[in-house]
Amino acid sequence: MVSRSAEGAEGTPFEIVVEQGKIAEFARAVQAHDLAEHHGADAVSPPTFLTTQFFWEERVDGANPWSLVEMSQERGMHAEQAYVFHGPPPQAGERLVATSRVTRMWDKESRSAGTLTFVEMVTEFRDAAGTLRATATLTGVETGKPPEVA
Amino acid sequence: MSRSLPAFDAVQPGGEPPAWAVGPISRTDIVRYQGASGDFNPVHHDEGFARASGFDAPLGVGMLTAGLMTTWATRWLGAERVRSTRVRWKKPVFPGTTVTFSGTVASRDAEAARVDLELQGVDDAGDVVVLGWMTFDLSEGA
Repeated sequence: MVSRSAEGAEGTPFEIVVEQGKIAEFARAVQAHDLAEHHGADAVSPPTFLTTQFFWEERVDGANPWSLVEMSQERGMHAEQAYVFHGPPPQAGERLVATSRVTRMWDKESRSAGTLTFVEMVTEFRDAAGTLRATATLTGVETGKPPEVA
Repeated sequence: MSRSLPAFDAVQPGGEPPAWAVGPISRTDIVRYQGASGDFNPVHHDEGFARASGFDAPLGVGMLTAGLMTTWATRWLGAERVRSTRVRWKKPVFPGTTVTFSGTVASRDAEAARVDLELQGVDDAGDVVVLGWMTFDLSEGA
C-alpha cells in the first residue's frame, strides 16, 4: 500500500553516463536498427533511453525515492511515462547528474478497481554546467482491488 | 546521421508512414529489453512470480511496447529531433501478441518548425494497448 509520507521525498543525486554501446544495445531491444547500426561516438539516444537510469541509481544509496512509496507489487502498475528534452536528446559521451523526487500523490475513484492511488516521480538530468538536459516523469498507479486482466 | 530526414514542409497529416506490425512479441524480446533497460521486475519473466501476482503468465514490459512505438516515429523523423515523448498504457501485452503501431500528425507549428504526433499500438484483438504523444523539432537535420 502506498506510503503517503513519501510525497516530497528527494533521492540522492546520481551520475549517469550516456554510453555508445549501451545506446546500441537499447536501440536493438526497441528494434531501432537504424540507431543500433549507425552508433558513432556521438550516437543519439532513443526517446525512452533514460529509463536505463536503473543501472546508475542502484549504485548510489538513497538515489531512488520510489522505494519509499511502497507501492504494492500485485496491485501497482506503470500508468504513464514522459520524457522532455530541453534541447537535443542526450548523446553518447555525455555525463549527466540526475535527481529524483516524489512530486505528487492523488486518488481517483474507479467503479471496477476501487480507489486508484496515483504517484508521480520526476527525475531531472543536468549536465556538468548545471543545465537541465532532460526531465523524466513516471506515473504509477495502485488499484484498490487486484487488476482484472483479460 | 547520414540518411536524409523529411523537412518540416514534407511532414503533413495524411503523409504518415504505414503502420508497423511487431510480433509476435516473444519472451526473448522481453528478456532482451529487460537486460538492456535494467528493469528486472520478475513479473515479466518469472512464471511463478507472475502467477502469484495474479497473472496467468509473465506479461510484457510496458516500456518495451512504448519503446517500439517511439521507434515507428524516429525511423521517420529522426531520434535526434525528438523533444518530448509521453506514453500511457491501456492494456497489458502478453508474449505471443503482435502489436501494430501507427501515428498521425496532430498539429504543426510553422514558426518553430515543430510537429506533434499522436501514436498508438493496437493488439491482435483490435484493442489499443498504448497511446503516445511526441513532439519533434524539424528546424534542423532535414
